[in-house]
Amino acid sequence: MAYLTDLLNGFLWMFNFLMLPAITYGSMLALGALGVTLIFGILRFAHFAHGDMMAFGAMISLIGVELLNHFGIFTYPVPAGLLFLPVAMLLTVLLAIGLDQSVYRYYRRMKSPPVVFVMASIGIMFLLNGLTRLIKGAELSKFNARRTFGIEEVDVAALTEQLGKRAVRTRTDVATEGEIVQVSEPEFVFFTVRQFKEATGLSEGFGLDLIQLIMVALAVSIFLGLYWFLRRTRTGKSMRAFSDNEDLALLSGIDPQKVVFVTWLIAGSLAAVAGTMYGLDKGYKPFTYFQMILPIFAAVIVGGIGNPQGAILGGYLIAFTEIFITANYRKVANYLLPEPLEVMGNLQLLGTEYKFGVSFLILVLVLLFRPTGIFRGKVF
Amino acid sequence: MANSRYWLSFGMLAILIAVTGWVQGWSVALSLLTVGLISAVMALGLNMQWGYAGLFNAGVMGFSAIGAIACVLVSMPWVTASMSIGLETLLQNPEGQQQAIETLQQDLPRRIAAEQQIGVAWLIGAVSAVLAWGINWALRSRFSGGRRAIIVVLILAVGLMFFQNRFDPAIRVIESTGFGDDSKYLGGLQLPILLAWIVGGGLAALAAWVIGKIALGLRSDYLAIATLGISEIVIALLKNEGWLTRGVLNVTGLPSPVPSAKALQLAPYHLEMGTSLIVNKVAFLAIIVLFLAAFLWLAHRALHSPWGRMMRAIRDNEEAAGAMGKDVVMRHRQVFICGSFLLGVGGAMLATYVLQFEPAGYQPLRYTFLIWVMVIVGGSGNNLGSVVGGLLIWFVWIQAEPAASWLFHVLGDQYAQGGNEWARTMIDRAPQMRTLVMGMVLLLVLRFAPRGILPEALQRK
Amino acid sequence: MSGGYGGADILSGCSIEVDRGEISVIVGPNGAGKSTAMKAIFGMINLREGSVLLNGKNITGLPPQERVGQGMAFVPQGNNVFASLTVDENLEMGAYLRRDDIRTSMEQVYELFPALKEKRRQSAGELSGGQRQQLAFGRGLMTQPDLLMLDEPTAGVSPIVMDELFDRILEIKESRIGILIVEQNARQALSIADMGYVMVNGENRHTDTGAVLLANPEVRRSFLGG
Repeated sequence: MAYLTDLLNGFLWMFNFLMLPAITYGSMLALGALGVTLIFGILRFAHFAHGDMMAFGAMISLIGVELLNHFGIFTYPVPAGLLFLPVAMLLTVLLAIGLDQSVYRYYRRMKSPPVVFVMASIGIMFLLNGLTRLIKGAELSKFNARRTFGIEEVDVAALTEQLGKRAVRTRTDVATEGEIVQVSEPEFVFFTVRQFKEATGLSEGFGLDLIQLIMVALAVSIFLGLYWFLRRTRTGKSMRAFSDNEDLALLSGIDPQKVVFVTWLIAGSLAAVAGTMYGLDKGYKPFTYFQMILPIFAAVIVGGIGNPQGAILGGYLIAFTEIFITANYRKVANYLLPEPLEVMGNLQLLGTEYKFGVSFLILVLVLLFRPTGIFRGKVF
Repeated sequence: MANSRYWLSFGMLAILIAVTGWVQGWSVALSLLTVGLISAVMALGLNMQWGYAGLFNAGVMGFSAIGAIACVLVSMPWVTASMSIGLETLLQNPEGQQQAIETLQQDLPRRIAAEQQIGVAWLIGAVSAVLAWGINWALRSRFSGGRRAIIVVLILAVGLMFFQNRFDPAIRVIESTGFGDDSKYLGGLQLPILLAWIVGGGLAALAAWVIGKIALGLRSDYLAIATLGISEIVIALLKNEGWLTRGVLNVTGLPSPVPSAKALQLAPYHLEMGTSLIVNKVAFLAIIVLFLAAFLWLAHRALHSPWGRMMRAIRDNEEAAGAMGKDVVMRHRQVFICGSFLLGVGGAMLATYVLQFEPAGYQPLRYTFLIWVMVIVGGSGNNLGSVVGGLLIWFVWIQAEPAASWLFHVLGDQYAQGGNEWARTMIDRAPQMRTLVMGMVLLLVLRFAPRGILPEALQRK
Repeated sequence: MSGGYGGADILSGCSIEVDRGEISVIVGPNGAGKSTAMKAIFGMINLREGSVLLNGKNITGLPPQERVGQGMAFVPQGNNVFASLTVDENLEMGAYLRRDDIRTSMEQVYELFPALKEKRRQSAGELSGGQRQQLAFGRGLMTQPDLLMLDEPTAGVSPIVMDELFDRILEIKESRIGILIVEQNARQALSIADMGYVMVNGENRHTDTGAVLLANPEVRRSFLGG
């Protein structure tokens, strides 16, 4: 009986520290990989600028939230970043299309080799890199960072009622000697790890907050929506046809301009969603988005280039592998093993600094043993 | 006709350097010139890979870092030896050093034991790697690719766990002991630094051979992603494996091939302080120029040899060349290796110039990206173009920051003085303009002047 | 028409005509310009001289995509189906430009090619060579063209499949569509042809009905192996 509890604890630990993060991280990778695989399949090049496009989308949402907060408006329990998501999506799409018209279209007309597109996309990556850091800076900013107001600027009582006593604090500003109010908008949590432990009496538990739920729900709805779009609508089918056989698609009268336009529409929106969701969960830091390129590309190649289902699967696969391989299994082992065998030191295969190395390793293995990926996408 | 372009570009560069020297001082100008030329060495390497063979290497940074770490591994003193020598010196004059002497006496045997354990660990690692490879080879006809991959991974994982078991405690000892600055890592072989440059190139070439086996022969996009990934892994290794590289603590005090400014002030040179600084820099520059000239000459010979002609034929029409029986992939590998050699040497040169190895300084892709812009702007396929590109782009990159700051100050100072937060933040962020400007430069050159300043000298059909 | 890929002309003064409900066949040795002639008619190659008329309308200036809208369907030689789409979806793509209800057309195609009907939900990549050709024809037919152009429809198929394909072509002819075929298998092609054009070096060498050409000793000797 006690062993059963130990088993449960072990499982709960894994669920809280491994599976939940892997699911949320995987959702984000999957969304990013979907965009990249579409661009790969239809526009036929590796979109290195995707990470920074995600950063751009996240940045817009963040600016929106800061603007809202500036006027003393807090939207708890709804994360304000979510409200700005449509704006972020719109602006990111406009950015993507603008870049396409000014940069990529020329090379399409010239029928340049794919490597030129990649180089151009790297140039754009740097452009966006500098732009996002210029507009919002390179440091980490949380969506619910602490905001400071003068005492007259906000209705302290109303805010306290809305956000809870711990979120609103009045103090005296040392510099100006005036009263200021500091507001830290909380994240809505269904239950914390501690509440779970207290409720169940177990020594391990997991917590669930709104943002995690939204991430997964949003991701799944997008997957389903995209599936419906690609499989059941005329435009979606024409895009699949275009990706499959461009010459024949043109012969059938499919308009390449429209296909390109819709591709950027979808990819840009996906990037904005992925970027915003990740930012809501972990905070906005442009560099992190750039680093994501590697696992995203790994996900795309593992799943098969140009294959949307592959991208989704690849995203979750990479996320789970990254997290499970760099985890410290000491606690789990101690729950599962009998007392005398308990492990003292760490039981880690690889350190967490090597997370991205893991995705790359997977990438290499796939390239060596099965370059077309799980779903046999194009090798080119 | 073509010659005038060369004179024009080099002339313009000379003017830029001269103006910098006049406005900002000769020290700055010399520094610009030196790093510009070092970058030119790296651009030359990348140019070989891209201009001769059309290979997209997005992992330039990784190769350079390998060259840089070679400086550490070849030329820094072996820490355990330093410790012994240090102990002896202290024992000769032990007043007030009791604590230090005791620590050293304790640590030395622990360290030696740890080093032995490291040896054992690597032996285990080697055995499991050989085992995995052997089983993979033996089973290759009986099992499919996917299953063999799983078996290989399992063997390696088990081997890794045993390896860690020996390795981790040993590493902890290494990373916590030492003597003065020579501490917390294994150290190097204390050989001359110029040898380190060559070794650096060699190690980078070796890495290129390994990567080439994996990633060449696939589409250029794949090579880009693969090289990017390798480079990230290399940098991660260098940042985290403190026992090898001191990680984020950096390795300072790399030996220089020329006497330092301070040494020049003493016997037998007896130079003035100002002159000594200049002479030190000029001497270093001279060595770089020598190396660059040698590489340029070699590259020129290679380009105009039958080998070079074949490379270009392959690049221009890969299918036809393949049909004619030329082993395209092998040729690509040769170019990839040679180019990476230069990247490694360049990385070693850079580390030696700044006299330290700083893993955190390898900003992902920005480093790689700059070299790419140098190649494209200078003229891909043209060796001298790499030199022009290297100097010019480095100049722009360095000068863009003060220029942007100046511009932002001019535009924003009035607002910033008035306490406008936003204006002040923007002024702080002026350095970001560099990245933006570089991105624009690349895009503009790609679009409007794709052949670069000094286009490829030989005729293309 | 005269024209080529830029540089020297491949076609010089060559003339092709197809009537509604009739089959015209272009045969000739390799490199004679047969495929070039067809591509020129479809607009994939610029004509230096000459014109293309469809139902009396001059469409010489239109790009290929717009000629599809005018009633011309082109079935290329290889790579002529969407391998990752189902048979149904392939036909739907064929009818991309049509705005009306395409189900009747699809049923007609399935009547014509019953083997395809069984596999309508399978992806085109799983079809056999002959079935793929049939699907390619079907895709072309979905636009309800006035002129169906087939570029070497029997390339790389076995003789049995080839016979079946030609039977199908004859059935298509029943629906009053004009059919233009470029063929390597001159004998079979001419036997179903209402009009035959033998091309050599970019120009018409012989023009006559299929039967006459088959009987022509010179033609027999050169292209039919006696």
